[in-house]
Amino acid sequence: MIDKPGEIVKFDNVGLRYGTDPEVLTDLSFTLYPGSFYFLTGASGAGKTSLLKLLYLAQRPSRGAIRMFGKDMITLPRRRLPDFRRRLGVVFQNFRLVEHLSAFDNVALPLRLAGTEEPRVRKAVADMLEWVGLSHRAEARPPSLSGGEQQRVAIARAVIARPQMLIADEPTGNVDPEMALKLLRLFEALNTRVGTTVVVATHDVQLLRKVPDSLIMRLHKGQLSDPTGALRFPPRPGGSAASGPAGTRDAR
Amino acid sequence: MIAPPLADKPSREAAPVGSRLAASLIPTSRFGGAMPWVIALFTALVVIAAAGGLALDNLAGNARAQLSGAVTVQVVEAEPALREQKAARAAEILTEEALVRSVRVVPRAELVELLEPWLGEGATSGEVPIPALIDVELTRTADTAEIAALSRALEAEVPGARVDAQSDWLRPVYDALAALQYLALALIALVACATAAAVWLAARSAFANNRETVEVVHLLGGTDGQVTRIFQRAVIRDAAFGSLVGAGLGVAAVWVLGRQFAGLDSGMVAGGALGLQDWAAIATIPLLAVALAALTGRITIAFALRKML
Repeated sequence: MIDKPGEIVKFDNVGLRYGTDPEVLTDLSFTLYPGSFYFLTGASGAGKTSLLKLLYLAQRPSRGAIRMFGKDMITLPRRRLPDFRRRLGVVFQNFRLVEHLSAFDNVALPLRLAGTEEPRVRKAVADMLEWVGLSHRAEARPPSLSGGEQQRVAIARAVIARPQMLIADEPTGNVDPEMALKLLRLFEALNTRVGTTVVVATHDVQLLRKVPDSLIMRLHKGQLSDPTGALRFPPRPGGSAASGPAGTRDAR
Repeated sequence: MIAPPLADKPSREAAPVGSRLAASLIPTSRFGGAMPWVIALFTALVVIAAAGGLALDNLAGNARAQLSGAVTVQVVEAEPALREQKAARAAEILTEEALVRSVRVVPRAELVELLEPWLGEGATSGEVPIPALIDVELTRTADTAEIAALSRALEAEVPGARVDAQSDWLRPVYDALAALQYLALALIALVACATAAAVWLAARSAFANNRETVEVVHLLGGTDGQVTRIFQRAVIRDAAFGSLVGAGLGVAAVWVLGRQFAGLDSGMVAGGALGLQDWAAIATIPLLAVALAALTGRITIAFALRKML
């Protein structure tokens, strides 16, 4: 598989099964481009989280080929995975905050793992917590935070290191509409100002409408519902959400 | 839209884990687990075993140094006057030997005093023939062939004279001391294995308890090296505490035992006293315990990490 210029992710006939169970993802072939904004939609159990796990390198596929940042992820030695994970920001479905660390230390974790000097870490984390409205909860530990607060900490942790690709699993599920919009604007700002590729898994149709330039990937029973992969939303006049741009197989 | 306050783009390279981060990621309460106390116990045992082994080594070395450079000549003759003559002649011959530094014919009164506890009145009555004894100090440690040559030269001139290397008498004692030293070494090796096993179990348990944290650190770009160092710091901290406490207990026990043996006022036991070098060797035990624990912890975590993506 050869990368076209500017391809950040390329899946080719990817399948995933857990153990001897049937495949949860089947024949996925699509491409993601730098600086694009993608929504991943689908009903519960459609395979969104499994696909995201492949994207944030928590799982290797059972078959097929995956290239990310120009490298073959299937044959990539395990010891080289951290180099690529540092390019990603991830908002996990259940947040996966480190419970015994404060909100501040959770957000600081990616920067500290990357060796950022402590004064810069403190400034950046303080600013980020203020931006997500959690300055007053900086020293609180996750069990004492509400679901929405935990979600904002998880998002702050995912974006603080300026990832090349942000992957978010239902990132606005536990916050009020106002905060959901604010977080979505954060993703957009990352996307437009920093050039971060954004992939957001959601089943919130209202959310899709708020990012008009986004592209939609629809999963149905482990398969992309249209072979074109990621599709434009809202549909073009005369088209539908399930129809892609004419003459392309890829995400745009 | 207000731009989000993002940090400067950080390095994509793995960075050393700072002490603050490492300390915070593994939430073990300080000295709370069993591992420090197990290491303390094992370190104390190693210190006592090592001190015992070193004392036995000193004791055997001193005795060997005193005895290996000396022989005893017995002149066996029932007739007292002839025995005195033969002893004098043997002393003359020995004095001429290059191997011999000094010769002392043990006075009869001294011999009687030595034998009286065993022979009773027989020693003083003259009814029991007591051989004449000559203490011979050699210029150096003689081997078996040289002792045999000396014996032949003496036997040719003084029939009935017999040369005994003093070290031969104590060979069984040396063998017993050597066996005890091997026992101490074996005990140290066993305790080291037990320590490694304890650290292995503790590290595995800590890893299992913190698996979620490890996975998150991995997914945020943490390397195996960073994760290993996080756990290793916890292991080193616990091992340092345990080994210092154990070394303290062990040294105290050795000191008390040393005082007890010193009270025996025996020349042989005094030869087993620990010197500065011995104490220096004992001082390395807690350091070695920490190094062993750190290495075991590192290997354990490295193997556990290999099973994760």
